[in-house]
This record gives sequence, structure tokens and C-alpha cells, in this order.
Amino acid sequence: MEIVHVYTKLHSEFGRQCLFSDRPAELLVDVPADQSLASQFTQRTRRDQSLQASRDMSEHRVNTKRFESESCGLNHEEGGWPKDVNHQVMEQTIRFRKKVEKDESYINSILQLGSVMEHCIRQNNAVDIYQDCFEDGEMPEEHQEPPSAKTINVFRDPNELKRTVTGLSWHPDGGEKLAAAYSCLEFQKTSRDMSLDSYIWDIENPNRPELSLKPASPLVCLEYNPKDCHSLVGGSYNGQIAYWDSRRGSQPVETSSVEHSHRDPVYKIIWLQSKTGTDTFSASTDGQVLWWDVRKLSEPTERLVLDPSREGNPERALGAISLDFESTMPTKFMVGTEQGLVVSCNRKAKTPTEKVVCTYDGHQGPVYALQRNPFFPKNFLTVGDWTARIWSEDIKESSIMWTKYQMSYLMDACWSPVRPSVFFTVKMDGVLDMWDILFKQNDPTLSLKVCDEALYSLRLQDNGRLVACGSQQGEATLLEISSGLSTLQKNEKSLLAAMFERETKREKILEARQREIRLKERSRSEQSRSEDGGREDIDQSPLQLMARAEEDFYVLTETEKKGKEREDQDLSSEKEVQILEQSNE
Amino acid sequence: MAEVEETLKRIQSQNGVQGIIIINSEGIPIKTTLDNASTVQYAGLIHQLVMKARSTVRDIDPQNDLTFLRIRSKKNEIMIAPDKDYFLIVIQNPSD
Repeated sequence: MEIVHVYTKLHSEFGRQCLFSDRPAELLVDVPADQSLASQFTQRTRRDQSLQASRDMSEHRVNTKRFESESCGLNHEEGGWPKDVNHQVMEQTIRFRKKVEKDESYINSILQLGSVMEHCIRQNNAVDIYQDCFEDGEMPEEHQEPPSAKTINVFRDPNELKRTVTGLSWHPDGGEKLAAAYSCLEFQKTSRDMSLDSYIWDIENPNRPELSLKPASPLVCLEYNPKDCHSLVGGSYNGQIAYWDSRRGSQPVETSSVEHSHRDPVYKIIWLQSKTGTDTFSASTDGQVLWWDVRKLSEPTERLVLDPSREGNPERALGAISLDFESTMPTKFMVGTEQGLVVSCNRKAKTPTEKVVCTYDGHQGPVYALQRNPFFPKNFLTVGDWTARIWSEDIKESSIMWTKYQMSYLMDACWSPVRPSVFFTVKMDGVLDMWDILFKQNDPTLSLKVCDEALYSLRLQDNGRLVACGSQQGEATLLEISSGLSTLQKNEKSLLAAMFERETKREKILEARQREIRLKERSRSEQSRSEDGGREDIDQSPLQLMARAEEDFYVLTETEKKGKEREDQDLSSEKEVQILEQSNE
Repeated sequence: MAEVEETLKRIQSQNGVQGIIIINSEGIPIKTTLDNASTVQYAGLIHQLVMKARSTVRDIDPQNDLTFLRIRSKKNEIMIAPDKDYFLIVIQNPSD
């Protein structure tokens, strides 16, 4: 019910000054309480209710449309000249300028500005006003921020049909460019429309790749030459190697001939240290490791068949999936195989049998990544099946440290180039893990879900701060790691060296004990089986073991059966005796 | 007229001064010691920057006004003294 008060006033009285006077209160409306209305309400039980006098808000997510931005510079041309002055004509401009210079206000203002300016110039010359007065020599390291990483950019495959990012390589000088190799590794999933290109991205511009490389067959791996920042070499799906010069364009400068290349996709290719800087070697699942000189790709310069029995037999060769080469040890290199073995080889061996030095057996599946620790070359990291393992070169039976079994398959791993105890792994569920083994060994120090699909490749930039990882849908994500994980801590090297030594020693002791136990068993079994004349050979082949097991089984059953028959006979003979007795009675 | 010349000469003789440009309120370089292309570039860009800076200062406090603008970069320092009608721009490479 609205309370309205109506009043009338003469028009001539409007606009007059208000003269306020006091008057007693006047009752305008009196609304008595109406008890009948109470029946429309019921009393609520007492309860606590919180109220907030604020606006109602609702959460709403909006995704802006992706817009393409391009940066370009502005070039200023002359302008602003008054209409009667043609700035091309020198005379007119000079005349204009002279006129301005004669102006009173010009002179005054310049004199004034001049003195102000001089003061500042002198200030600059006297003292560097921007210098750091309090030199922070020892930054307080107690501010340990929690380790974090943030995504800086995502580089998406521009084609319709997305392919997996199978290889990544940073530009050697400064790392402003990232080369990514795209291919589809799933069996028979490549369709005819899939593009064959791989791209070089400038990390500032995620919209368009800087250069596209057009090989004859999709590239599985790609590497920049660490000595020459313009040349790249890539291994492709059909086994060929191609060499590009980024100054010369998208077509490869040279491709190896099909007859002499690998028969299977080339999974890894690495540049070698050599005087000419043009040597590379590549590994593939056809069991071969081939050395190439990029100036002449028609034929490999050397060939090695990865046969564990050292006969060079290609039938029994192990397929190679990863390769590692450390420039401090130029004659040795290591190959990770599909069968889970890591083979260490010596390039300079005289005979092919000596090429394969030793093998390390560790994983149940293909060894997808293999890398030596840049600070401790005797220790290397391998990744395969569901674990990541750290090995020491001297211990061949098992790794010295390993992670627990993860929930999904690990696809790639990489040591940090600045911190010896940090390494990164990527998994098939799209998670990037950062492990700091000095800090925590059970779990990764930082675990980040980068994307929903599987991550296939990983590479760190040389300064240790940027990480690029490539996914199955063709997205290469660039992340920046917090400074805690990318700056060398004090004593880190010595602590890590101590840790590795400790673990190595532990493994050595375990190995020694194993050997002892085996020896004891052997001697014991030899004694017990001397009448059999059977030699308890520990390294029996599985067939022999099975045959022996079968024999034992049959012997056992025979004795049991015979035993049972005898019992039956005894029982029946007893019965007969009883019957006889009965009959006798 | 002569005093202006003297002032400019004095500024030029200071340590590390690389160039002086005087532009008017429309951005036309009146006097310069650099080559034409650089002058035009500086004039166009700095004019816009000073306008922006001045409006920023005045937006925050209308009674305030821009008196001096210093841009320190890796290679040198650009100092701009604005006036009602003219700007004096000096590019200096501080020696220390």
C-alpha cells in the first residue's frame, strides 16, 4: 500500500526560496496490526542461518576465440608539415625552420629546457643513478619457493590430420628455435592425406611455423647440428636419412639412398664429434646402427649389427630404439633396444665381435630413452616399461636406482643440463614429471598434467629453464621451470656423487652375494647329484629344465601309482585272507 | 638566437651526448644533429610517447604535469624535456 501525500501549490510560488518553519507532527497514515495475516505464516524452528549482504554471483567460463596476432614494426615517414610546405623541397623546409627559430617563444622555451636538460646530463655523467647500490652477492637461498612450471606456449600442428610429435630438437645457439618432427607411429594409421612435413618453430610465434621441412616420408627424429646452427639431419619412417640446410629452404639438400638405409623407421639420429662436423649415426629397429657422412649420404660409412651373440647376424639382431652419445667419450656409445637391453658399444674396436662391449638388462619393454648424466658420465638414465632407471656403467646386472612402477608407460626422459640430480620424464597419460633425486626418490618432485593425450617426446633447452614436450595430437608445449629446479644448488655435485657411489657399492655388494650363493648352491648340488652324474648347470636352457621337470613329474607319479597299486593289492590280499579264513571257519 | 645556439652547443659538448633533436608540437623536427631518417623516426615515436605520458600524469592528477621523461635502455638513455610547444630530446650514452 503506497503512502501518498498530495499537496497543491500556486504556480507563482514555485521557485521561491524555501522558508522552513517548525510545525508539530501530523499523522498521515496509521496502519494497525492485522492479526488475520498471521495465519499465512508459520513459525520456523530455530536454526543458524548465515547471511551475506552481497551480490549474487555465478561462475561462468568463457573461452575467447583464438585470434591470430602478428607483430610488425612501424616505419615513420615524414609528416606534420603545414600545408604550404612541401617537405621534399629543401628550400621550403629550411625556410620554415628558420622562421620557427626566430620565434620568441621558441627561444624562451629552448633556453629553459636546455638548462633542465643539462642538469640531467651532468647527473648522468657524475653518477650512474641506476646502478645497484647494495650488491646482492649471496642471494638468500632460504626463499625456497615450491617447484612449479608454467606453460608459455603451445605449438599446434597446423594440418587437419594431427600427427604425433615424435622428435624435438632445440636450436644450438641460445635456443630460440625448436625443430619438431611429426609422424604417425601407430601401425597402419597413416592415411594418404596426412602431411609429411615437419616444422621449425620460432618460440615467440606459435601461430605459424618458421620453416617447414618436406621429406619424402614423415620424420621420426630430427636433430640440429650442435656445431652448425643451420644444418639439421632427420631420420624418416621409411628408414632414410635426410639432411637439410635451413638457409636453403624446405627441401632436403640430400637424402640417403633407399637401398643402403635402414629397413625400419629410424628412431634416433645423433651428430658426432668430428673434425669435419658432418658425421652422424642413426639407429633403427631393423637392428642396425649406421654411420653417415652428411656430405655423401648415398652410402653409410660404417655399419654395425646389434647382435648380442656378437656374430653380426642380422637375424638375431636387437631392434634399436634409442641412442646415446656423449662427446666426452667419443668412441663409446650406447643403444637402447626394443627387447629391453641396453647395449654398450665401442666404435673403435678392431673386430666386429668386440664392438658390442656389454649389455645391461633392465626393462621389460623397449628402452625408449637413454641418456648419460651430463655431469657424471658413468651413470646413465634409461626409461622403458613403467619405470625409469639409473645405472652405473660398472654394474651390469641391475640398475643402481629406480623409480617405483608408475601408473602409465614412460615414453621419454631427459637429464637437466644444469642440475645433475634433476631429470624429467613424460608419460602416456600426458603427465610431465620432474624428479630431483637429492630431494625425494620415491615420487617426482613435481608432476604436471600437460595435456589429455599421451606425451611422446621431451627435450630441455641448454639453459635448463625451458622444456618442450610433444604430444600425440601434434601439440608441442613449451614450459618454463621455476628457478629452484633450474639453478645449481651448493654441494649438489658432491652430494650426488656420494649418492651414486653409495648405490653402486650397494649393488656391488648384492652382486657379490648373489655370486656367492650361486657358487654354494652349485657346489652343494654337485655333491648331492654325483651318483646321478647329472651336472647341475645353472645356465641350463629352458628346454632342458622343462624336460627335467617333466621327468621328475613322471617319476613321482609312477612311484605314487605303484605305491597305490601295492596298497590295493595288500587290501585285496587281506580281503582274500579274510574270506579264506571265513570260508575256513 | 645566439643564446639558443650556445645552449645547444653546450649540451652537445657534454660527455656521451650522441644527438639532440628539437621538435615542435606537431612532431616536425626543427633542429637536429642526427641524420634525417633517424630524426624522423625519433620524432614520430617520441612525440606519441610524450603525449601518452603527459596524459597519464594528468589523468592521475589533473593539477600535475609532465616535467621530464627519461628512457633508460641497454645501449643509451633518451631524455625528453617537454614544453608547451616544443620538445627537446637528447640521446646520451652514459659513460659510467
